[in-house]
Amino acid sequence: MRPVAIIGIGKTAFGAFPDRDLRSLAVEAGEKCLKDAHVSPSQVEAYYLGNFAGPSFVGQNHLAPYIAGAMGITGVPCTRFEAACASSGSAFYHAVSSVAAGLNDVVLVAGVEKMTSQTTPKVTEILAGAGDTCGEVRAGATFPALFAMIARRHMYQYGTTREQMAAVAVKNHENGAKNPLAHMRKVIAMEQALKGKPISEPLTVFDCSLISDGAAAVLIAPLERAAEFTSQPVKILGVAQTSDYVALDQKDDITTFGAVVAAAQKAYKMAGVTAQDIQFAEVHDCFTIAEIIATEDLGFVKKGEGGPYALAGCTRLTGPLPINASGGLKSKGHPVGATGVGQICDLVYQLRGQAGERQLARHSLGLAQNLGGSGATAVVTILGVA
Amino acid sequence: MRSGVVYTETMVHAAPEQFVADAPYQLAIISLEEGGRLTARVDGERVAIGDPVEFVGDRNGIPFFRKA
Repeated sequence: MRPVAIIGIGKTAFGAFPDRDLRSLAVEAGEKCLKDAHVSPSQVEAYYLGNFAGPSFVGQNHLAPYIAGAMGITGVPCTRFEAACASSGSAFYHAVSSVAAGLNDVVLVAGVEKMTSQTTPKVTEILAGAGDTCGEVRAGATFPALFAMIARRHMYQYGTTREQMAAVAVKNHENGAKNPLAHMRKVIAMEQALKGKPISEPLTVFDCSLISDGAAAVLIAPLERAAEFTSQPVKILGVAQTSDYVALDQKDDITTFGAVVAAAQKAYKMAGVTAQDIQFAEVHDCFTIAEIIATEDLGFVKKGEGGPYALAGCTRLTGPLPINASGGLKSKGHPVGATGVGQICDLVYQLRGQAGERQLARHSLGLAQNLGGSGATAVVTILGVA
Repeated sequence: MRSGVVYTETMVHAAPEQFVADAPYQLAIISLEEGGRLTARVDGERVAIGDPVEFVGDRNGIPFFRKA
């Protein structure tokens, strides 16, 4: 297996863009990425696209060649990957596999979602399609409801509190306010987060990530060729994708995501590092409780200690282990299909020292965790300075 | 499917399009006495983790339970 590097990145702003269509967002991210690596469309050997529900949100299918063609990329494999909110994490995993195996050299990986043209109840219904529509969803489960039930159980088993969850939201908004590409660049107070409108109890609107439009892209190549394209290559040290049951009621213990634990173990082993070596992370905070559980599942803290760790400020920009310096899905936004690759871009900004106001002091080894559904797909990626 | 215990629950305020008229409604995962778990709606009195519940019946394919 050949070592693989990231040689370029590109992101659109995340937000609500009524004048933009899905394709124009994906094209903007892709073209920024190619420009970043000084690569022309004719040099791209494959296009891997993560997208959750373009057909439902905007009525467009056959998305990968549709977008690639608009960038002048034709005559190569162009494929869409769907794995709920881990769609582009999955596209990234498979793209890296193809380069590592020697099948392709220069591969463009992207993610896109255009969500805001639908009403919130309709978006809620489309997102629920990532659950078990013959079981939990038929009974009335939404994604906030599934994570609310996870939160209730975590509170019951470990004493996790509303205040600890709110601390995640406050911290992520503080970080996102420093990110020019974030959807909601607004600082919120603890009191405000605790008194938000209920979405699915105990979760309030401040526990939930945003409904956003946006796209992100990364260009990968064999590490040995990276210097042809960039003076700041980033090495993909470890990447793993794993799975679990789709229905929440089929899991033995819903306070942990087994797929995340397994993916993390594989990625750590591949990278030859441990959880304690990781200097910063972008984790999948689709809901505040998901960030708390991620810090536990990734091995940063012991099971049940994620809440107190967040409330103590350990995951802030100045803390011992900054989490979601980008603002996370909570503040940066969550165009679901773009989130996995967006997280990779956010790690690369830090690794290159290009994160502006949110630049971290220690930034040579970072981890990204992307979650699909209520844990049926997990992708964990570990990146380091090459 | 006669009875069970509440494993976890939530009160749904923001419903998907097809259930907007039902909101707010309580949803729970029930640990069934016969084994296994089931996601169901709760009828009547609000329940909490650990509460014993009994099966009421199916309505439009949705299983309903109530506090036992």
